[in-house]
Amino acid sequence: MTLQTWIDLVYLLAAIGFILALKGLSSPKQARNGNLLGAAAAAVAVAFTFLNPEVRAHTLNLVLTLVAMLVGAVIAVPAARRVKMTAMPQMVAIFNGVGGGAAALVSIVVFLIAAPGKPAVYRIAEVLFGVLVGCVSFSGSAIAFAKLQELMTGRPITYPAQQVINAVFAVAIVALAIGTLVTGSVPLLVATAVLSLVLGVIFVLPIGGADVPVLISLLNSFTGLAVAASGFTLNNNLLIIAGTLVGASGMLLTRMMSKAMGRSLANVLFSAFGSVVTATGGADGLGETRPVKAGTPEDIGVLLAYARKVVIIPGYGLAVAQAQHTARELADLLMERGVEVFYAIHPVAGRMPGHMNVLLAEANVPYDELKEMDEANPEMATADVALVIGANDTVNPAAKNTPGSPIYGMPIINADEAEHIVFLKRSMRPGFAGIDNELLFDEKTTLLFGDAKDTLSKLVAAVKDA
Amino acid sequence: MSTGILEFLTIFVLAAFVGNEVIGRVPSILHTPLMSGSNAIHGIVLVGTILVMGSAHGAVQITLAFLAVILATLNIVGGFVVTDRMLEMFKAKPAERVPKAGVGDDATGGAK
Repeated sequence: MTLQTWIDLVYLLAAIGFILALKGLSSPKQARNGNLLGAAAAAVAVAFTFLNPEVRAHTLNLVLTLVAMLVGAVIAVPAARRVKMTAMPQMVAIFNGVGGGAAALVSIVVFLIAAPGKPAVYRIAEVLFGVLVGCVSFSGSAIAFAKLQELMTGRPITYPAQQVINAVFAVAIVALAIGTLVTGSVPLLVATAVLSLVLGVIFVLPIGGADVPVLISLLNSFTGLAVAASGFTLNNNLLIIAGTLVGASGMLLTRMMSKAMGRSLANVLFSAFGSVVTATGGADGLGETRPVKAGTPEDIGVLLAYARKVVIIPGYGLAVAQAQHTARELADLLMERGVEVFYAIHPVAGRMPGHMNVLLAEANVPYDELKEMDEANPEMATADVALVIGANDTVNPAAKNTPGSPIYGMPIINADEAEHIVFLKRSMRPGFAGIDNELLFDEKTTLLFGDAKDTLSKLVAAVKDA
Repeated sequence: MSTGILEFLTIFVLAAFVGNEVIGRVPSILHTPLMSGSNAIHGIVLVGTILVMGSAHGAVQITLAFLAVILATLNIVGGFVVTDRMLEMFKAKPAERVPKAGVGDDATGGAK
């Protein structure tokens, strides 16, 4: 067997490792081992790549490769170690974006190397696909990061003639791509790359903050496809398999997530969510003046302490206040008193799907106390108290009753069915989607204003006294 | 070009089906780690960047390839580390808490 055959064999094993890694992620017990297996597979594949004679042909290039890897690792490890769990969506967006950028660069460099002679048309097509999708993923992820990190507004950004401008860009890219395909010209490819970067930006700008998680999952899938395209360009099976795995699974995940929000993917990406939000924006002002029932921690403490069943519905507000530990303290205290307590988790609670589970896991809440929406909803009618901590849109009955509402059709946790509803809120500000919540004005509802962590500590004290 | 494009397409199509199958049953509690885990997997583009650097000539190509290796390393290292950190936190109900609940049960069903 030649050296290349051995390397290819190792790549095959690595591909199997990746498949098993993804498979492991379907159960919390095996997930960590699955991920470690994936990491090991990647490490072995990278190590064997250095056996390739071409990689070792030029000492300068080899040294530069090692330096670049060192630089990358030195930046990545502390960033990944230190990032707060609340900032996880941004982190995933960045790592995803750089992957897309790397794939685009691979395709560009391969094209540059082959440029003197005109490569076959299908070769150019592979390069174009990698460049286009990789660049969109890179700049799109950058904007998604800026939105999540609140470096820019999370509201959809719209401007006049947006659709027309986007269409012009799309046509321009198609024209440039065809030009590159026919001529094999380097400047045309570079122009395609630049326009693709712009396309990524204008594609993401009109997508509202609440939809960014779906977007990240889609961009993740894009990067996968860009990597697969680099695999075609390099005749490398491992890249094709790994990229396609991620591309396909990411697409499925994206669809599952849009479904959890009760909307089609096209609706998430292209609907003018912003215009509807501004339409209800006027109603917010009216809402503020309507009477709400505000309670004291002592009242609510007694209510909780003598309840039989309490459902905690956490939202991103809980995470912002870093109150997940105090929430667990309250839950444990209630459980010690014999109250039945569980957490009802909406699939899109937090800033990315499953985000809330990660945040609560960080606070050592065992995952068997977390119930998914479908499992929690049948129990809501028998709950004495629905304790909504920093959530809003995910319990908004408008999703069920108000056909005109932007979130109409989104499955929600039926907090409104519980006997009492307690909202822990910082203010009357509407949720991430910017929509007023009728449930706040319901007569079963009591509001506790203030920082979630503060309020929860007061509740803990009140329950102890009760 | 020892292998034909058709063979690569075959691999592509089969991998797409596997990708769809393999995450079909992931519970929504694991969606975040799944996203970040699959994110790490496409970081394997690092292999591609290393190969490209091997055959890069001249300042432009080498600079672009250098950048590509850095970006890919960020992706793969950061992706796996962050996923591991997340998964480390997912724990089942710890053993000591189960007996605690059991004690409560005994108290009510003391006749047993």
